[in-house]
Amino acid sequence: MHFNFDEYYNKLNDDGEVILAYHGTITADGINGVLEAVESKLDGMGIDPKVKKKVYNVLVEGLQNLYHHIDELPQDFAPQFAHKFGVVVVRKKEECIKITLGNFINVKKTAYLKDKIDKINSLSEDELKDMYKFILNHQKLSVKGGGGLGLLDMARKSGNKLGYEFFEFNSDYQFFSLDITINYV
Amino acid sequence: MEPLIIEGTAKTPTVNFNASEGLIEIKGRSIPENSIEFYKPLVDWLEEYSKSPAPHTTVNIQLEYFNTSSSKCILDVFKKLEAIYKNKNDVKINWYYEEDDEDMLEAGEDYESIIRVPFNMIEIVD
Repeated sequence: MHFNFDEYYNKLNDDGEVILAYHGTITADGINGVLEAVESKLDGMGIDPKVKKKVYNVLVEGLQNLYHHIDELPQDFAPQFAHKFGVVVVRKKEECIKITLGNFINVKKTAYLKDKIDKINSLSEDELKDMYKFILNHQKLSVKGGGGLGLLDMARKSGNKLGYEFFEFNSDYQFFSLDITINYV
Repeated sequence: MEPLIIEGTAKTPTVNFNASEGLIEIKGRSIPENSIEFYKPLVDWLEEYSKSPAPHTTVNIQLEYFNTSSSKCILDVFKKLEAIYKNKNDVKINWYYEEDDEDMLEAGEDYESIIRVPFNMIEIVD
């Protein structure tokens, strides 16, 4: 599937009541801003505190995953996309809160990422817990501070399968879009 | 040994480690992008404390949120405490979680199953 950013982004913004939509450079300060904005909006929406906590937790992991893993597009051939370009859209739907995170990824990494998500999606709740504990106890933190637990944690906290799509951008890059759904209690 | 006191921020917890009282407290939010930097002084302090700990050590962990980057560092903190416990010192870990926060209770249970020190799970009711 060829990637048309405007079409992709408009579709996300046309899917339920948008709580927050951002596209652009992902920075540490930007992450703080998104978290604060979503937290205060959820407070005013009468969302169950349990659901609110899950949304916040998933957003922290998702945004920090973006911050650590975004691949830089060579600026000369894609000047329309900002440096460290990422997408986050949070919306309120009838039965759930849906979070979508998007970023460019080098094609060399797509197979690894796809396998990782498919593996997570194949596990039961108990198996997810065991895998989480195993990685927590046996894997060292990377230099960037990532623990290889982000996707696993998002799946665990959401209680749903992770949705994803890879869009073809060019021969070197794809656009990776990740959906996390958190049901109301 | 000097106490270790760190004021909390929106992304990092309040820390209160006091050797003479045998008190180890971490409270608030722990969601920094890179947690190693934040937790290193805590782990170093505990390493020093473990050389001559108080006869009774009380550990209060009361986190509202923590990210996966922090989760490994928190395990490092617990491993230091486990070493103190294994040397026949009394260590009590109190894991606080907000009412109905099953995820935080479960996170405490995850640690309890890895660390061989008894945990008290304490629900905070408003």
